[in-house]
Amino acid sequence: MNRRKFIDLFLGGSLIGTFIAFLYPTISYLLPTKQIEVVIKKITAARLGELAPNTSKIFKFGTSPGILINTSDGELRAFSAICTHLTCTVIYEEDTGTILCPCHNGRFDLGGNVVSGPPPAPLESYNVEISGEDIVVSKKG
Amino acid sequence: MKNILQSIYSYLDSRFMLSGLIQFAKKKKVPEHKHSFWYYFGGICLFLFILQVLTGILLLLYYSPSVNSAHESIIFIMSQVKFGWLMRSVHSWSANILIAAIFIHMFSSFFLKAYRSPRELTWITGFFLLLVFLAFGFSGYLLPWNELSFFATRVGTDIAGTLPLIGKHIKTFILGGTDVTGATISRFFWLHIGILPLLTVMILGIHVLLVQTLGMSKPIGIPENKVKEVPFFPNFILKDSLGWMLMLAIIGVLCVFFPWEIGQKADPFAATPIGIKPEWYFCFMFSTLKIIPAHIFSIEGEMIALFGFMIGGLLWMLVPFLDRNAAKERRSPFFSVMGWIVLLYIVVMTAVTYLLPGL
Repeated sequence: MNRRKFIDLFLGGSLIGTFIAFLYPTISYLLPTKQIEVVIKKITAARLGELAPNTSKIFKFGTSPGILINTSDGELRAFSAICTHLTCTVIYEEDTGTILCPCHNGRFDLGGNVVSGPPPAPLESYNVEISGEDIVVSKKG
Repeated sequence: MKNILQSIYSYLDSRFMLSGLIQFAKKKKVPEHKHSFWYYFGGICLFLFILQVLTGILLLLYYSPSVNSAHESIIFIMSQVKFGWLMRSVHSWSANILIAAIFIHMFSSFFLKAYRSPRELTWITGFFLLLVFLAFGFSGYLLPWNELSFFATRVGTDIAGTLPLIGKHIKTFILGGTDVTGATISRFFWLHIGILPLLTVMILGIHVLLVQTLGMSKPIGIPENKVKEVPFFPNFILKDSLGWMLMLAIIGVLCVFFPWEIGQKADPFAATPIGIKPEWYFCFMFSTLKIIPAHIFSIEGEMIALFGFMIGGLLWMLVPFLDRNAAKERRSPFFSVMGWIVLLYIVVMTAVTYLLPGL
């Protein structure tokens, strides 16, 4: 290797090294910092008698919303309120007794199964139990 | 007095070479024919962008990008700040009209085959400008932190999240986490006032430079000697400024009679409002996602729709290289028909969003 080639390589390598030395911290800076998420498996979603038959309530389940439904038969059901299509928050439609995602009109039955529309999977269903005066919702499994 | 002005001009001319620029503007000609009307939309886009920058800078004085203050600062601008309602309404209305003007400019250039050689790069930079302005619209939509914008952002970023392998990383990067939060407002604000304006200035600079150096395209089939030409300065520029004044008047009337709404403050734990839809320029994609089946050959429908739009966009961008007839100054009816199909699809699917909300 002659002196000219050595200088070319040395300067070129230094330039690339400097670029990477700036690029790495910049990319690291741009990526979101990881947040510690507290996993909640059980929560009091409502008080007993709070929901009349054929009504629903959106409740906070950790960092995402859940939906508690008191069916017209007086049966309590709970699901994740996040639509499996494009993560809109679903609502309970009292007229039809089904769960509707207003974003793209995806519809689920009271078992959380897809009835119509684009959602590719059923809603995640939760266990519901009565504990004293509280309606407690917990994740399955 | 005249002598003073003359010496100021000479001083500036010798440093900035102004006479060269004036000579260039005087020499530059613009073709005049039965389709010349469509030339004015480029200038209108530029004018509306300038209006966006000016009103955006003014809004920065009072807007605060955080979950606890974004919506409140918009209410403050609309109700307390003198002419705040006007500044925000001009910003929002002109943003929407700008996107419409870009679409008109793009389709008119397409049908006049203005993309053909040597203007391929003008077309491609224009296409990138459309993407940048759609990103402006998407990022700006969240900033007031209302329930419509909150869910639109959730849906929009989730679409990006469906991309195989990199989708989740892109979504996390855009949102600043796994969901739409305060970090998302900060990122969208950063994009809206920092990154996107920088990109716009760079791409728009190349686009305008190409238009100036290559001149305006003439439609195919008009013989060279039959095209009338008018000077760019002052004839064309005067007509252009007339269009700008007309736009300003329309925006003024819209702002006075239909000030831009504030909406309800976003609540991540509230149900999605019934009848929710994105801004009108995303409606054709929104309706497509609504009607596409959940699975097609065991592949998720939204992924197929997303790939369809990506491939369609890529073909649209590369049309100067695909349309071989236009490149040889020959008519290309196949591409015209394709253009009409794309336009019809966008119009019909947008209309479906508004006319058949229960679809």
